[in-house]
Amino acid sequence: MITTDIIIIGAGPTGLFAVFEAGLLKLKCHLIDALPQPGGQCSEIYPKKPIYDIPAYPEILAGDLTDKLLEQSKQFEAGFTLGERAETIEKLANGTFVVTTNKGTQHNAPIVAIAGGLGSFEPRKPSIDHLQDFEDKGVAYMIKDPEIYRGKKVVIAGGGDSALDWAIFLSEVASEVILIHRRNEFRGALDSVDKVQDLKNKGLIKLITPAEVTGLFGKSKLEAIEVTEIGGLSQRIVADNFIPLFGLSPKLGPIANWGLEIEKNAIKVNNALDYQTNIPGIFAIGDVNTYPGKLKLILCGFHEATLMCQAAYKIINPGKRYVLKYTTVSGIDGFDGTRKEAPKAVIKSIN
Amino acid sequence: MSNDVNIQITDRDGVTHCVLAPTDMALNLMEVVRLFELAPEGTVGVCGGMAMCASCQCYIESNHELTEKLEDEDAMLSEAFNVKSTSRLGCQIQITNELEGLKIQLAPEA
Repeated sequence: MITTDIIIIGAGPTGLFAVFEAGLLKLKCHLIDALPQPGGQCSEIYPKKPIYDIPAYPEILAGDLTDKLLEQSKQFEAGFTLGERAETIEKLANGTFVVTTNKGTQHNAPIVAIAGGLGSFEPRKPSIDHLQDFEDKGVAYMIKDPEIYRGKKVVIAGGGDSALDWAIFLSEVASEVILIHRRNEFRGALDSVDKVQDLKNKGLIKLITPAEVTGLFGKSKLEAIEVTEIGGLSQRIVADNFIPLFGLSPKLGPIANWGLEIEKNAIKVNNALDYQTNIPGIFAIGDVNTYPGKLKLILCGFHEATLMCQAAYKIINPGKRYVLKYTTVSGIDGFDGTRKEAPKAVIKSIN
Repeated sequence: MSNDVNIQITDRDGVTHCVLAPTDMALNLMEVVRLFELAPEGTVGVCGGMAMCASCQCYIESNHELTEKLEDEDAMLSEAFNVKSTSRLGCQIQITNELEGLKIQLAPEA
């Protein structure tokens, strides 16, 4: 069981900044995110796109914002459970919460802050008959352990970066890689597109375009797929694995069943005070919450995270007085033993 | 009201709505859908309008001449589901006076 002061669900900009604000109050955080890397939408959807409304940054790339937030809070040594989705929450007799992920990892803390943005990113599944029946029996939407494809005949569908990158990677692992896309054009980093062209020329990746996978066959596991060329004929191809890579779309998911008040696909919070939900001890900050006048902006998430941490402090330290300190004056004491502080002025006469 | 255009939008439940969309707010079609709350929050315009999610896919049902698809939109539609020859991404269509009388249908949520 992982224990901490604040469990933060969602490692996007709001969750990452909450680590910093909590650290100033000597509270430790642990973040859970369904994506394999921190940054949320900023790293998953638009890392190379500029943002113009982060205070003091006239322009910053979303990926760079993520890096800076991680750097800003690194001395507060947050823990991360990445690539796992927060599935259930349970309140213990001592008033603390246990959040369990889809992989069974358990986290315990007196405070839970949901900073889940639009929800956890789930793979978008194409509509092919019996697709679900073959899940984990040859069909996968994410590649967790590339070794399972060693020596296998693998079919990848999709036309974006992940389809290209995995086709390249698996060409060295699988016995055969077939890449199927609805068009002849692929959208990806230039070097990935060039590399696939090169591997195709060498016969290490087989391309079938413009075409779609239209059928799946097999008894206890996937044995073959049907591929149909756009406006053309269908053919059956022997395959051990089918990996459709059509991007991810966010879903509020299991959090919707936690007994929280939901309105407009978001969690209702008390914005007059501290962004607490209808369940005391559970907060919702950033894009995932709603209240009158809510704006889904990163900068609003930062503010909400700050007030949430103050409320968390009061719950964890009941009755303890608190006075706001400025980092410029008091510096920052990291949990890793580091200290940052403003250079001291000297008093010295000048003759 | 000379700045408004009439647009007919059929939502995902098949209900048709006639809305007056302003042309002076630099809105796109996805934002008009959100403005009039014709799809649940979080199910349209997920990426914010960067042609990166296809949640605002719609089918153009009238014969309006629309601006050509740019590369980003074309590529996104090549990966999206339920795509038809009339498919466009609402976020890539700016509301202008030329859109008076436009009829669209929202594509299913995917």
